[in-house]
Amino acid sequence: MNSSVLLIPICVPFVAAVLVMLLRSRPSVRDCVPVAGAVLTFGSVLSLVPHVMQGGTCAGTLFTLYPGITVAFSLDGLGLLFAGTASGLWVLASLYCIGYMRSLDEHAQTRFYVCYAVAVGSALGAACSANFFTLYLFYEIITIFTYPLVAHHQDAAGYSGARKYLVYLMFASKACLLPAMALIYVQCGTLDFAVSDIHKGIFPAGGSRVLVSVTYALCLLGFAKAAIMPLHSWLPAAMVAPTPVSALLHAVVVVKVGVFSICRVMLSVFGTELLVQYGLGLITAYVAGCTIIVASVIAMTKTDLKARLAYSTVSQLSYIVLGVALLAPNGLVGGLIHIPNHAFAKITLFFCAGAILAATGKKDIRDMGGLGYCMPVTMAAFGLASLSMIGVPPVSGFVTKWYLALGTLDRSSVVLLCVVLFSSLLNAVYFGEVFVRAFFGTPSGDAVPKRLERKPLMLLMVVPLLVTAVLSVVWGLYPDFFMNIIRLQVGS
Amino acid sequence: MEKYLVFNSSGFPILSILLLVPLAGAVFSLFIRRELLLKVWGLAVTVVTMLLSLPLYFLFDRGTYKYQFAELRHWIPALKLDYVVGIDGISLLLLLLTTCLMPMCILCSWNAIRERLAEFIFVLLLMESSMIGVFVSLNTVLFYIFWEGMLIPMYLLIAVWGGPGKDYASIKFFLYTLVGSVFLLVAMIMLYIQAGTFFIPQLMDHPFSFINQMFIFIGCCIAFAIKIPMYPFHTWLPAAHVEAPTAGSVILASVLLKMGGYGFLRFCLPMAPDAALYCMPVLLGLSLTAVIIGGYLALGQQDIKRLIAYSSVAHMGFVSLGIFLCNEQGLRGALLEMINHGITTGALFICIGIIYERTGSRDLRVNSALGMVMPLYIAFMSIFALSALGFPGTNGFVGEFFIIIAAFTRNTLVGVLLIPGAVLSAAYMLRMLQKMIWADSDGHSVHPVHCDKPALSDITWREGCMLVVLTIFVFWIGLNPGPLIEVMDSSIMHLLRQVGG
Repeated sequence: MNSSVLLIPICVPFVAAVLVMLLRSRPSVRDCVPVAGAVLTFGSVLSLVPHVMQGGTCAGTLFTLYPGITVAFSLDGLGLLFAGTASGLWVLASLYCIGYMRSLDEHAQTRFYVCYAVAVGSALGAACSANFFTLYLFYEIITIFTYPLVAHHQDAAGYSGARKYLVYLMFASKACLLPAMALIYVQCGTLDFAVSDIHKGIFPAGGSRVLVSVTYALCLLGFAKAAIMPLHSWLPAAMVAPTPVSALLHAVVVVKVGVFSICRVMLSVFGTELLVQYGLGLITAYVAGCTIIVASVIAMTKTDLKARLAYSTVSQLSYIVLGVALLAPNGLVGGLIHIPNHAFAKITLFFCAGAILAATGKKDIRDMGGLGYCMPVTMAAFGLASLSMIGVPPVSGFVTKWYLALGTLDRSSVVLLCVVLFSSLLNAVYFGEVFVRAFFGTPSGDAVPKRLERKPLMLLMVVPLLVTAVLSVVWGLYPDFFMNIIRLQVGS
Repeated sequence: MEKYLVFNSSGFPILSILLLVPLAGAVFSLFIRRELLLKVWGLAVTVVTMLLSLPLYFLFDRGTYKYQFAELRHWIPALKLDYVVGIDGISLLLLLLTTCLMPMCILCSWNAIRERLAEFIFVLLLMESSMIGVFVSLNTVLFYIFWEGMLIPMYLLIAVWGGPGKDYASIKFFLYTLVGSVFLLVAMIMLYIQAGTFFIPQLMDHPFSFINQMFIFIGCCIAFAIKIPMYPFHTWLPAAHVEAPTAGSVILASVLLKMGGYGFLRFCLPMAPDAALYCMPVLLGLSLTAVIIGGYLALGQQDIKRLIAYSSVAHMGFVSLGIFLCNEQGLRGALLEMINHGITTGALFICIGIIYERTGSRDLRVNSALGMVMPLYIAFMSIFALSALGFPGTNGFVGEFFIIIAAFTRNTLVGVLLIPGAVLSAAYMLRMLQKMIWADSDGHSVHPVHCDKPALSDITWREGCMLVVLTIFVFWIGLNPGPLIEVMDSSIMHLLRQVGG
């Protein structure tokens, strides 16, 4: 298929960003542009689904810097999974943004919408990358353009959070990704991904084991957006951003780009055979396992709702890495399907946190007693999403946990099985607390009026979060849609 | 002698004309009295020179390493001294960089220079002529004349139109460069005594003994290391940059520093290849030191111009590293990095000039929180700063990445030691950007509605035009460096054969 079709979903968000900038003096028109852009983007991604499902790829080269170093795009199952999730959730998030930004009367909304659209567009670019350089290019654009979003409030907390964010991400990419890219080029003579076969990477046979392992470690550290410990603490710091940013970007787009990149590098650069041969997969799995447990424990200690969600994200992202690092079909399925599953559930949770903040101004979990009676829809959605996080059927998180557990058994690793099971318990503890407080706790402080959710602006927030929560259940009952896409990549 | 040259089929002496146009323009400018007319005249001369140089790019034969558009006239037969000029892929690119940046230098001084304008235009045009001369000379005597010819105008630029510390800075610049020139002169006399010719391509092919190579190499190397400037000879650069007027800084950063790299490629490597390989570890070490020290010092600066000056030290460390790695990617990367540094750092100095004209200060603490006040300016500044830190998709990335690849190819240790330099470049550039766009020096909250500073106007059309042109180059080279690599490749390959690397 012609590669120009592939450029549409990548370009639309950038065009939307430019339009937002041009229409800055007319807020009502300006706010509609991202919604229209999101719908168009999602539509164009969906239109590619049948083609990709039939095993076709669309590939094309935009620029050639040097033989082997190009800006080129191609779309396969893994890319489609991520691109579809990101663009689909952008539609809901762009509606939510309007409600949130207007409810709280935030400043610099034009800048906000511009950076938001560019970040999403770059994520789609990363999803469609055909080589390491293109991936790196979009990865870096995301870093730069999300900085203004994190620093949005322009107060001391905003600056220090944004600074930490930038230092972690830039340092990791400059210190690790850049040499990793150079090393891959020196060893392989190209940066193109081997997209068709996940078993064989691009490394020539008979390379130095040390050099390959170092390159792999640099990649793992360099994609710090995946928030694998010890390079995770930028994520809680980034929670100073407005909630729609935390919701779409720091639960779906930005962090998933990190995870997606790691998966891509493992499957399309190194290939499963090489990783198994050098024993790199299992080490990665253990690192991810540690992250899962430690982050969950830290999450239990946090009383700020967004901070708790942030640490939960750190832990959940590592499920994806863990699953892929098992390098067995079941593990791969469990890991990759967690990309959409976690996205739908976590964005719901953040949407809820934002809706609570906009309606009541509450951030601390201890103040949320009795909130379930003021915001029943929001808290019900929160409950559903929590079930997905814990992995209770029929919500989608169960599918993840099931395949992950099967994957650990395939590798006969009892330790990793215990990690998966024990972390579910921890999830239940820290999400359960919020839910229990909301419905069974005693109200603290001033009495909060009921029927908070009926204001027009609140509806713009409540409807999206209800939709994402319901979709979480739908994917739990009918996971085949995502499964079929993943099977394209993994093979049956 | 003719076997090294490719003469112009039409016999049109394009290179001599390129030399003479700015020179004639300089002389004529002394007779113009009206200020506006002077500026327009300066702009016209530089633009004509640029337009004259552009056909070189299209007519250049990419398939040969020989010196093209050559002209040969006998000059002093007793000394076997000829007037001979010509360009290859390496000098063509640097020549184009020079001619394309000179109109910017006039434009960025449009309102900044108010006194002695006629002399200013005279000096700038004289400078352009000498710089072109250095790149087209194929004869050590000619080369040396133009090399010295650059020294005086640059000294004047700093000493007459410079800032408060101009006396110190200009003398320091003069002395450092003069010391280097003396070494260069000695090396050139030695070359003549040993080989009996002044003709550079013949000198390249002359087999010097190892001990002679060492003398030649060290003499040339000191001269060019001061110019580029390589650690530990770099201390003149920040002083000169800070005090020079904007046009002076642009010329200094974009072209003058490149003379050092050009000298390495023209003299050190091809004439003394064995000595170069022998000294390689030392030079690689010094280059790495320059990268790290330059970056580290840039990180601590409050003066934006000084910050960029130290970043130049680091970037030129990348260049000299690429050159002395002596492999294909390294040389390509070094030449690309020279061009890119010329464009990016020139643009950054123009940006600093713009803000200096408005706030009268180059201090980061004064020029902070501009994001809301001058959004267009900040957008350009960000593009150039990102290019300087090697952001993918911009020109800065291409050269840097090639040099990193070259370093890893040559020796993994060199590559590993180079990485902190890349990290530092991100650190100081982002620190600068962060402070200029968002907050004051302490990172305390400065809300955009603060009004303690007089309203600053965003960039004007004149400034915008310069920056747009440079931005186009940033992305064009960043995404499509192929044409440039094509131009340089024959010469680079020939150079590699000469070095035997």
